[in-house]
Amino acid sequence: MSQNQTALIIGAHSDMARAIANQLASEGYNLQLAARNAQARLARSATDLILRHQGEVNCLELDVAATDSHADFIEQLTPLPDVVVCVAGVMPDQQSAEQDYALAKLMIDTNYAGVVSLFEGLAPRMASRGTGCLVGISSVAGDRGRQKNYIYGSTKAALTTYLSGLRNRLASKGVHVITVKPGFVNTAMTEGMDLPEKLTAEASEVALDISKAIQKQRNIIYSKPIWRLVMLVIKHIPEFIFKKLDI
Amino acid sequence: MPTEQQISGWGRFPKAQGQQHFYRSESELAALVAEHPHCIARGGGRAYGDSALAGVMLNSKHFNHVRAFDRDSGLITVEAGLILADLLAAFVPQGWIVPVTPGTQFVSIGGMVASDVHGKNHHVDGSFGQHIQSLRIMMADGSIQQCSATDNADLFHATIGGMGLTGIILTVSFRMLPIQSAWIRQETRRCDSLDAVMDEFEQSQHWKYTVAWIDCLSQGENLGRSVLFRGEHASRAELPMPLAERALAPKAKRKLNVPFNFPRGLLNRWTVSAFNEVYFRRAPEKRTDFVDYQSFFYPLDAIHNWNRIYGKKGFVQYQCVIPKAESREALQKLLGLIASAGEGSFLAVLKLFGPQDGLLSFPTEGYTLALDFPAKPSVFALLDRLDQVMLEHHGRIYLTKDARMSAHTLRQSYSELSHWQDIANLYDPKQRWQSEQSSRLGLRQSEPPKEAQNS
Repeated sequence: MSQNQTALIIGAHSDMARAIANQLASEGYNLQLAARNAQARLARSATDLILRHQGEVNCLELDVAATDSHADFIEQLTPLPDVVVCVAGVMPDQQSAEQDYALAKLMIDTNYAGVVSLFEGLAPRMASRGTGCLVGISSVAGDRGRQKNYIYGSTKAALTTYLSGLRNRLASKGVHVITVKPGFVNTAMTEGMDLPEKLTAEASEVALDISKAIQKQRNIIYSKPIWRLVMLVIKHIPEFIFKKLDI
Repeated sequence: MPTEQQISGWGRFPKAQGQQHFYRSESELAALVAEHPHCIARGGGRAYGDSALAGVMLNSKHFNHVRAFDRDSGLITVEAGLILADLLAAFVPQGWIVPVTPGTQFVSIGGMVASDVHGKNHHVDGSFGQHIQSLRIMMADGSIQQCSATDNADLFHATIGGMGLTGIILTVSFRMLPIQSAWIRQETRRCDSLDAVMDEFEQSQHWKYTVAWIDCLSQGENLGRSVLFRGEHASRAELPMPLAERALAPKAKRKLNVPFNFPRGLLNRWTVSAFNEVYFRRAPEKRTDFVDYQSFFYPLDAIHNWNRIYGKKGFVQYQCVIPKAESREALQKLLGLIASAGEGSFLAVLKLFGPQDGLLSFPTEGYTLALDFPAKPSVFALLDRLDQVMLEHHGRIYLTKDARMSAHTLRQSYSELSHWQDIANLYDPKQRWQSEQSSRLGLRQSEPPKEAQNS
């Protein structure tokens, strides 16, 4: 149990974030839930978490893409959280993003730039305290660019590389960094897609994997674990073959 | 846009084609209801047959918040998509349990209302519907109605057990039961015959929970031999030491999984007879012990995907209830037919219900028998013969388990059907709520569907 520890969940409105919040609250964490339009959109979730787990839950206003606001956001966090899980991420349709750069930029700003801004603000505070855990939700889509979602995938590739470097930097400071690479997950983001059952996780499974990774200080996790193998194969297909594939 | 998918209930028979849509708020649901002229709500997907199958299914899994809880009265308000297992995981450690539970915890609370589920305490506490204080329902025109036993009472009573055909249940308010421990003091008794187990049920009326496993393949003087389980919530004071320390938080048990479909034919007269013989012989003549609530209420939940043991073609569950005065005679005949057909199941359950009124609710005072069978032609012929006996003795079949009864059987057994239909038509005149089951049985029609009339 993690009594009196606090976890900050960034991008707290999604199905994945709700599952992670529920998992951490069940372990005794108090929660800081951050999202856009927080009071209106998170009130129902906050009540649910308080009634189920009897911990403290605070809703905080945050726009991940609005990096100007991040310094103030971090300044007002009381207490400075023990665990931060950044779930913020958007995945508009690839073809729309090819035609409309605003959509591509929204992905870059939310999935990558916003996370960098927030984690860079949090990292020195955690380092000077000497404890903390930063969790970034990347994706298997970042392991190799595919025509079906390479703009989204490239933001996740950048995030994976960023988290790898941050982990390296903070390893000697008592702060741990976890990269989570989910495969397919049954959430609003994937609704209506025809996903293979054996490769598709429920959000609650990913949440449990993250909780275990925090306890065991794992570095990079795939969820479901089979994805590590799948991506190993995909990463090793030679480019001259890969470029002709439709996967 | 959701793709068409092949989908089935827990019995994996029948299979249907349909689209599932998910909603996270009442406004999202209202938009879906406005868009689709015909649809049905779907929760945990644990109805066995076609109750929650349709061309368009509105899946409530993400509409699952706990909205309010009063620690003095135990009154809780939850969104209908909440899965019972999640509710218990949060509230049993706080000393609260649901007043009535079905045999699996993977149902949604909305499904528990629509099926008006019963538990092992029906003879004491009635069905789940009797513990509901109020409901909020999205109606066919997209408006939201609140109802209770005093407020829109007709809608309230037609929705409890109403198979989702009066509207989409949004929130459910009901009273939780306070408990001192998560343990059940269980007494096990072996009964050598149907008469013996029925006598035991009669003498166990003061126990809160009673249920019997019945050997549906034994014949002659062993016909109906059973193992009866009776239980009470254990108080903290009566628990022995290692259990008392974790009174409300028993250790989680390891779950088993059935990873693939078993081949057809693995369950046959000989394997099931052998299993039943061992199970019966292993049961003590009389013993008392403490079991955690999960093992007591949900023994099959410990085996994920147990429905795969019947193979890809699926199975049907047959659950009927026979009024008490006629139970003994009817059960003799039913068990005789089942045993001589040799189509037995591992899970065969006998239970004595207490009195109950309801419009489309299943329970009524008498004995209920539940068994499952592989879905195949010889079984369907057997089940039709069982229906004949069941009807002769004024029984009825549980809609939530049903995948195959005839429209005529429904009309001969549910005496309040036309009363329920009048209320459903009042609130949904265009008959927008439809499931595969409601179409098959003509649940909303005063006359059986045409095909059924010709047969």
